[in-house]
Amino acid sequence: MTHTVLVTGVSRHIGARVASALAADPGIGRVIGVDTVPPSSLTRDGGALLGRTEFVRIDLRTPDIAQVISAEDVDTVVHMSLVSEPAKSRSAMMEHNVIGTMQLLAACQRSAMVRRVVVRSTTAVYGSSPHAPAVFTEDTEPVDVPHSGYAKDAIEIEGYVRGFARRRSDVLTSTLRFANLMGPRVDSPLTRYFSQPALPTVFGFDPRLQFVHEDDVVEVMCRMAVEDRPGVFNVSGDGVLLLSQCVRRAGRTALPVPSPAFGVLGMLARTTGLVDFSPEQLALMSHGRVVDTTRLAATLAWKPKFTTAAAFDDFLQSRGMGADRTAALVDWLSGLATRR
Amino acid sequence: MSEISASETPSEEGARIIPISAARGTPPPGPSDATGPAGSVDERLAELLALLRRRIAGDYEVDEFGFDPELNDKVLLELIRPLYRHWFRVETLGVDNVPAETGALVVANHSGTLPVDALMMQVALHDEAHRAVRLLGADLVYQLPVLGHLSRKTGHTLASREDADRLLRKGELVGVFPEGFKGVGKPFSERYKLQRFGRGGFVTSAVRAGTPIVPCAIVGAEEIYPKIGDFSTLARLLGLPYLPITPFFPWLGPLGLIPLPSKWLIEFGEPIRTDQFDPEDADDPMLVFNLTDQVREAIQQQLDALRLRRGPAFPPFF
Repeated sequence: MTHTVLVTGVSRHIGARVASALAADPGIGRVIGVDTVPPSSLTRDGGALLGRTEFVRIDLRTPDIAQVISAEDVDTVVHMSLVSEPAKSRSAMMEHNVIGTMQLLAACQRSAMVRRVVVRSTTAVYGSSPHAPAVFTEDTEPVDVPHSGYAKDAIEIEGYVRGFARRRSDVLTSTLRFANLMGPRVDSPLTRYFSQPALPTVFGFDPRLQFVHEDDVVEVMCRMAVEDRPGVFNVSGDGVLLLSQCVRRAGRTALPVPSPAFGVLGMLARTTGLVDFSPEQLALMSHGRVVDTTRLAATLAWKPKFTTAAAFDDFLQSRGMGADRTAALVDWLSGLATRR
Repeated sequence: MSEISASETPSEEGARIIPISAARGTPPPGPSDATGPAGSVDERLAELLALLRRRIAGDYEVDEFGFDPELNDKVLLELIRPLYRHWFRVETLGVDNVPAETGALVVANHSGTLPVDALMMQVALHDEAHRAVRLLGADLVYQLPVLGHLSRKTGHTLASREDADRLLRKGELVGVFPEGFKGVGKPFSERYKLQRFGRGGFVTSAVRAGTPIVPCAIVGAEEIYPKIGDFSTLARLLGLPYLPITPFFPWLGPLGLIPLPSKWLIEFGEPIRTDQFDPEDADDPMLVFNLTDQVREAIQQQLDALRLRRGPAFPPFF
């Protein structure tokens, strides 16, 4: 029986959705949401209201979190506060991600009540490399370890989670490596990338991409928060889309750029603050990444409802994008050609 | 007439859900395939336009390795098939030795300076055995622009233990060239002499999956670019395994890249079973070395017999 769940990162869209879904579960006594900033975005966010979630404003990088955990008798911690792009600076992002996780885990370690910790991670920990196998399982040793940005933070976070699991073997820890999030309200470097009118791609490369729909992320996190499923799990929609396929489905034009120039473009975009194209993103855009999700399916006896393609289509639909115009053009041409 | 393409799409969709068997099920579209009466020209045009529509809308499926069966069957293989049929006049023997549906590991000799033999084997297995072969390639291929993603789209993947195991578990037909660069880049004077077979990683994968090993001998590839020298220093600078000198390259420039039209024979030999072993035995180095030797012997014997059978490489000249 889960009594009190603590959810971090509730001021961001996906964290708020997880908190509200947990709050809607009658089996859970209390839901406490924490974040560095108040969840202002929620009011204009529509559906994702926090429900009966109690919000506590805490700077995650400080030991304050320990007081909340001990004072409120938290028994389940759902750590959603992983930032994928620098809001202010890269070092602030690293502090938020890594120091925040360290403080949280330190607090959990001291608590006698906590018995379940669920951590959001990312498949970016596998990196993207021409030397790596085509499909990563949870046990695959990464060939080229990402050494910058978001992916590096996630690797360090996972390292601390493993250390915590070793020291507190009585606490069940689940680490969920999510593929790129996709859905109507997801705001990530990748969704912003696809919203551009023309999409720069790396010349001569067509990466394999995988997406997981935000609804499935919420469901997985909620199930992990109430069930005992320790371990590391890849989470992604079934199937694969090539970048070229995504571009076509979006009805956009690809702008192939030689890979060094793509890096420079990425840096320019980063300095203007439009899109974050870090070196890992460049690697992803060249070599792609696909993960195996059989472990999750076998453990939960459940599969994400959205395949990679369905998640992407849902995203396109919500943005009013699609290949309708190009398809209509071909239909018109075929009408001309076959009529005679 | 937009209804034609619209009504065709759902039926195509049904076929695309299982892309590989769909590719297998359809008879190979020959170059001189006169489909039905003249009235079907419209149908073929409509089919072509439906294909174009799917491609432009991104409405097709690729598997987790990046294999795009539609592009492979309808475009990429069509491009290399003339080489197979008319340039090298390939004859394929022993097709019955290739399992019709189950997983198997095809092990072949590698030669020819550029890996044209891999492509020809792919056409042979597609057209004669109706199977999509999943070749395992060097990581150099996946670092290069264009080549890397074309290679994935045509069904190849990186030669790694994980990928090989995964494909064999899925019941795919996997093709390997254990000689690697040692084979494909060997000098002309060593033609038809099998090089060392690496560490026998392919045997380990086959034993773990319990799938048979089909030895395959390719005769003819050795003569397409006779390598008589090597710019080894320049190759090292460029990060390439070798930079060949042939009687025509680099002297004739791009013309030197035209392969010589040797006569080719491809033979698939008697499968070597591995299902009598325990998957655990894959870790036994003695077993792996013995099996590796057995496969190597089989291919060398096949090669020698096939070479005799072929006679001169460039009939009717010499």
